[in-house]
Amino acid sequence: MIKHKLVLRFPASLVEQPLIYRLVKDYDLMVNILRADINPRKEGRLVMEVSGREEKYQQALQWLRDQGLRITNLQQQVIWRSDRCTQCGACSVICPTGALAISRPSMAIRFYEDKCVACEHCIKACPARAMEIYLNNGE
Amino acid sequence: MGLERTYEEINEKIKSGKAVVLTAEEVLDLVEEKGIPAAAAEVDVVTTGTFGPMCSSGVFLNLGHPRPRIKITEAYLNGVRAGTGLAAVDIYLGATSLPPTDPGNRSYPGEFAYGGGHVIEDLVAGKEIRLEAHSYGTDCYPLKKIETKFRLAEINEATMFNPRNSYQNYNAAVNISEKTIYTYMGILKPDLGNANYSTSGQLSPLFNDPLLKTIGIGTRIFLGGGIGYVAWNGTQHNPEVERNPGGVPNYPAGTLAVIGDLKGMSPRWLRGLSFLGYGATLQVGLGIPIPILNEEIMAYTAVRDRDILTPVTDYSRSYPHREGGNLGMVSYAELNSGSITLNGRRVPTAPLSSIPGAREIALTLKDWIMSGRFLLSRPAAPLPSAGANITVKPLPQRK
Ligand code: SF4
Ligand code: SF4
Repeated sequence: MIKHKLVLRFPASLVEQPLIYRLVKDYDLMVNILRADINPRKEGRLVMEVSGREEKYQQALQWLRDQGLRITNLQQQVIWRSDRCTQCGACSVICPTGALAISRPSMAIRFYEDKCVACEHCIKACPARAMEIYLNNGE
Repeated sequence: MGLERTYEEINEKIKSGKAVVLTAEEVLDLVEEKGIPAAAAEVDVVTTGTFGPMCSSGVFLNLGHPRPRIKITEAYLNGVRAGTGLAAVDIYLGATSLPPTDPGNRSYPGEFAYGGGHVIEDLVAGKEIRLEAHSYGTDCYPLKKIETKFRLAEINEATMFNPRNSYQNYNAAVNISEKTIYTYMGILKPDLGNANYSTSGQLSPLFNDPLLKTIGIGTRIFLGGGIGYVAWNGTQHNPEVERNPGGVPNYPAGTLAVIGDLKGMSPRWLRGLSFLGYGATLQVGLGIPIPILNEEIMAYTAVRDRDILTPVTDYSRSYPHREGGNLGMVSYAELNSGSITLNGRRVPTAPLSSIPGAREIALTLKDWIMSGRFLLSRPAAPLPSAGANITVKPLPQRK
């Protein structure tokens, strides 16, 4: 069993396709949608957690790419620039998943990458601009 | 009271490497274990720190003259407007200043990606800064426009002068309205979605000397990673507020005006910030050593988060419209725990002032003192405190 968080970007022409259904039905994958930005006139974006057998997972990725989707690993989407972070803690009440959380009693902020769903709320909420999005990684 | 110690005695011990210095956090265990008299006998200096957004901050720059000379009436540093109105090439860059092209809150909430605080950070980081300056031209200062670049090291003076820093206590901010609001206290989610606060509590300078018995005009401090001085009381200094039996104010009270040489400071402790929907500002690192002159001062520095209270204030209506009142008092121990209870509901809390940063400043200052690099200075004059009858006044509004 493997488990990956992925960001799928797809052209408007594919919005109507039953992509998730195929992943489940044809490739035996478990799909947990973390976030969906779908607009019939624009590029769509799905953030999801996918688990299943490695072999099937790779086949599914190939199939998605063949359909014209761009796929990136979620871990590479939002990064915490620890050198820019002033440890203010402001993001801790903004991050909906606890990916940015304060350790007590030190009050130091930590970024738990595995909990991040790339909602991007922290990007503009961080006054020191220590959170960055990477859009072009691993494509 | 028994023990008395003078500034001179403390400085002699610092010079001979024998001074006992603890941070305002470290001293708590000692006091708990041994009590005030024994701790006072042992400790010479307690160091404090704070690293929070401080809007009333900025730098005076003397740019030097170009050839021919110019009397600057309008100046932009990396596009950010600087204040003029002084002598020919003296300007003041304030932390919240913005480029005239910044859209502000026209596209709400505005991002305020680059402002005065960011220019100060770039200056102190040694980056090249773009200057554009205008003038009307005079016989003695003929030039009317200049565009050039410079670095901090290349100009004459860069004096940080912050009219109001190091607030002694500050409101915890909440939003009781139905929509998210964007404030200098950060993003406040609707319906008591979060409570933001901004002091370093038991580490904060003015909580450790609540009645300003040692901090005065001329006190040498850690400012922005370099050395600075207390210049005056800060603006909106408000010492006549309700205090706890330990003298600690329950509301925003004292403030400091501080000064120092920007050229000795560091971008680690002067950080440009962008508060969504509010504006740009500067995060300032500031630390003050408290000389343990006697047991009374020792007792002040033993203050704990659980004993420091602050009002929870609504920023959707009460604060902006100056309606007064609050939603209750909470302690910094509660605020630091991650949530407070308001009207029977759990409200998540977040600091805006970096507590790890404050701790590092107190430790750095301790290190400077222990290594003999930093001596304590006796104030040239005290600051007004409780009993001085100073209170903050609103602006008169009349035709
Ligand atoms: S808001 Fe930004 S600077 Fe503050 S703790 Fe979070 S990541 Fe760090
Ligand atoms: S992108 Fe969203 S989930 Fe990830 S750290 Fe930022 S706020 Fe948290």
